[in-house]
Amino acid sequence: MTAPAFRHPIRWSEALDAVGAWLLALVWIAPLLFAAWASLHPPGQALDFSLSSPFTLENYRATWAAAPWLTYAFNTLALVTFTLVGQLVFCTLAGYAFARFRFPGREALFVLVLLQLFILPEVLIVENYAMVSRLALLDSIAGMGLPYVASAFGIFLLRQAFKSVPLELEEAARVEGCSWLGVLWRVYVPATRPVYLAYALVSVATHWNNFLWPLVVTNSAATRPLTVGLSLFGAPESGVNISIISAATLMVVAPLMIAFLIFQRQFIQAFLRVGIR
Amino acid sequence: MRRFFTAAATAASLFAAATMPAFAKTELTMYYPIAVGGPLTKVIDDMISGFEKENPDVHVNAVYAGNYDDTRVRALAALKSGQPAQLSVLFSIDAYDLVEQDLIVPFEDVVKTDDEKAWLAGFYPALMANSRVEGKTWGIPFQRSTIVMFYNKDMFREAGLDPEKPPRTWDEMVAAGKKLTKDGRYGLMVPGTGYAYWMFQCFAIQNGKELMSKDGATVYFDDPAVIEALSFWRSLTTDAKISPAGLVEWGTLRQAFVQGQTAMMWHTTGNLTAVKKEAKFDFGVAELPAHKQPGSPTGGGNFYLFKNASEAERAASLKLIRYMTAPERAADWSIATGYVGVSPAAYETEKLKAYGKDFPQALVARDQLKVAIAEFSTWETARVREALNNAVQAALTGTKSPAEALKAAQATADQLLKSYKH
Amino acid sequence: MPETGAPTRVLDPIARQQRRRHALYGWMLLAPALTLLTLFAFLPTATTFWASLYSRGTARRPAVFNGLENYSDLFHDPTFWTVVGNNLLYAAVTIPVSIALALVMALWADARLPLRGFVRGAYFTPTILPMIAAANLWLFFYTPGLGVIDSFTGLFGLPPVNWLGQPQTALWAIIVVTVWKEAGFFMIFYLAALQTISPDLKEAALVEGAGRLTYLRRVLLPLLMPTTAFIFINALINSVKLIDHLFILTKGGPDNATKLVLYWIWEMAFSYFDAAHATALTVLVLAMLGAVAVFQFTIVEKRIHYR
Repeated sequence: MTAPAFRHPIRWSEALDAVGAWLLALVWIAPLLFAAWASLHPPGQALDFSLSSPFTLENYRATWAAAPWLTYAFNTLALVTFTLVGQLVFCTLAGYAFARFRFPGREALFVLVLLQLFILPEVLIVENYAMVSRLALLDSIAGMGLPYVASAFGIFLLRQAFKSVPLELEEAARVEGCSWLGVLWRVYVPATRPVYLAYALVSVATHWNNFLWPLVVTNSAATRPLTVGLSLFGAPESGVNISIISAATLMVVAPLMIAFLIFQRQFIQAFLRVGIR
Repeated sequence: MRRFFTAAATAASLFAAATMPAFAKTELTMYYPIAVGGPLTKVIDDMISGFEKENPDVHVNAVYAGNYDDTRVRALAALKSGQPAQLSVLFSIDAYDLVEQDLIVPFEDVVKTDDEKAWLAGFYPALMANSRVEGKTWGIPFQRSTIVMFYNKDMFREAGLDPEKPPRTWDEMVAAGKKLTKDGRYGLMVPGTGYAYWMFQCFAIQNGKELMSKDGATVYFDDPAVIEALSFWRSLTTDAKISPAGLVEWGTLRQAFVQGQTAMMWHTTGNLTAVKKEAKFDFGVAELPAHKQPGSPTGGGNFYLFKNASEAERAASLKLIRYMTAPERAADWSIATGYVGVSPAAYETEKLKAYGKDFPQALVARDQLKVAIAEFSTWETARVREALNNAVQAALTGTKSPAEALKAAQATADQLLKSYKH
Repeated sequence: MPETGAPTRVLDPIARQQRRRHALYGWMLLAPALTLLTLFAFLPTATTFWASLYSRGTARRPAVFNGLENYSDLFHDPTFWTVVGNNLLYAAVTIPVSIALALVMALWADARLPLRGFVRGAYFTPTILPMIAAANLWLFFYTPGLGVIDSFTGLFGLPPVNWLGQPQTALWAIIVVTVWKEAGFFMIFYLAALQTISPDLKEAALVEGAGRLTYLRRVLLPLLMPTTAFIFINALINSVKLIDHLFILTKGGPDNATKLVLYWIWEMAFSYFDAAHATALTVLVLAMLGAVAVFQFTIVEKRIHYR
């Protein structure tokens, strides 16, 4: 059977595919839809799915007034930026060292670094907490981000990427009189830009939503990120006010959501180039 | 000329530096939880500003820290890391742990004048029960609650029951529940998650037994009266069929009540304001029904004074606590949240009197204080409590029989409390 | 001097000095990252291990060295076995299911479907929701009778189920939330990988008379193996790490039916003030993860089909 070259009447399998995909998409997005519903209704009717329930914007108004969301958003932004910039710098240097330098103990050190993939800051929460406290970084953006800055994933990724840059490019730059760092800046970084982009996206998505570690490290509203602010909002002794929580959730998620919808294509393209191999 | 000015400037700054300390403010940091949802940080902030106005030499940094667990973690973290807090509102049952960790001071050591002593003695005795460890008072009531029964008056009318006469005994409650369980809704829901041990205390005391000794070193989980109490709770599902199978979720129970899924619910009085706002039906609040005796545990948060504080800070903290628990503030707080007013004087204020007349449901919790007992608390409280929670949950889900579950919990607790018994 | 492939036997002192400088540069470049790793990964691991050898101390009864007693306590505690069993089941289900689902989603999101952008976005949404927020929403999904799930199944006449409130369904309910959260994230990796596979391959397969399933089994899966291996590691780490929803949904109940290892560590450390047993458990978790790491990087890597 040759592959058809014209638009043909829809085949069973394709139709099933489409229906399956849509159904799954609907199921996947159901919690967000529910949040939208609940946030627009008074809490007493949040689970009352009749069409006659009254709409209200009161939940959004009350939520906005109840916590310093702008501070929280700013803190989250500061946190992901701090973490990302730190990771880009530290992991680039380390990846470069592993990729292009020979020094005693290199292989052993690399294995140690890889082990960090598995030594999550959350698992070491008790001791990391003591460490951060010793460094006087409790309740600070740096305290929240520092354990993640030397990311084994980042080092691994960049090492792979740098290794695949052809040596001729480096040699050409050296001929022009570049130092080590110059070579790094002029040759390696530009050549591996897609990897940086993909890594940045993963990092931002991960740290935007990081919860347990920031929960333990932050004390005050001045450093609290959105996730912790949201959780403080929602676990009271008297029970959950789902309308308020839904409104808060949607507010917190909106920036990332919009960013994803706009940059969907670039997002996926970036992962494309990374080639996790 | 210049030299004169320089000299004058130096002298002036030296003089200022010398006198500065007299004008320096005492800085207080205080952590507090909000255990009822809502924009209550504003109420606290207003109270604090009021205090600062009356005491311009004190600056208070009140940090909202989440629920009771979060606040405890945060306050203790701050203390350990050298970012001190001088006082905090923490769970009333954290007292034993805080004493064991040598973090707090008893109020007897701080209260000196007659005025202060009178203030210390002016709270409801039931609310002070959790504060007493080793014969001293370690906590001052601030946001205290007790468990009450909310009921749907419309449903009562519909079922032929008198909405002004809620059930007063276990038997009455079961009978009413049976009449009310129909059309896909239940007669009674008692939450089994969240604070299962707290709910269980109600059944136990109503069957005549408190679950722990006053010195916090012995528990009575396997007492026959206690086993009977748990069996009764379980029978609401299996025999009377007025409660659903499995555990009733703490966080969504208010929603279930407000949307008419249950006619009666046992819940914290801290829900009062929220239910008032959300319920579209006529609802009533009643004291919990009695069996061998009436009873309900108290709950909520107390003020604690931390050890690491200077004399000035200690004195300022005491002033702050006195201010926050003064009758006027206690009344404000009670109206805003549904928590119990912490002293009889609070209920004598005009505000609370008027509120009570307008909304008599708010007075039920106070009336119940006559028969209220301390919330479950022992040494190693979190672990012992967890054992009890697990036992209750195991019995309610039918995984173990009440006797089996409670005996296992007793064994665990005995092991944990061994070194505290004298 | 750029690094060359084969090591040269250097007798020339100048070249040797150059090599030393080279090595020094390498160390210096590595130093910042290494410092942080030491501070936040290696040192804490060491101190965790050291702390696990002491008994639980309070201000009134200070800690004493008690060797491996904390570990022995854990092994004798029935809760330990329950928690480990829970986590094993949790991992055994979430890992394969989320990987399989991610692949299916990627295949669908890659195909020429109408509304493809919506479908992709929908699958990815859970990833950008903070777990804490998602957990609150799911709490109301799982509410018996009134909740979204029961309202929906009620339309078909099915009875309400107490998803979170009974031990038989509670852990599965948690698993569903985890799979929902991570499948979309893994889908992105598969999507990217799929787009590097030439459509000619599929045409060729069709020409040879191979059905879709055969194509999937014989061609796609082997080609996607590196991606799968990568996702597997992530899913495994998540099966330890993703416990945020427990704080909202069950707190480990009913009766420890949904208690997972990391949650228990948090509870012991911050609720029970029991650093001794918390650190002992942490060491056990690290040992397990370390073993998996060794396995992954020695055995599995050698067998993956690389292009």
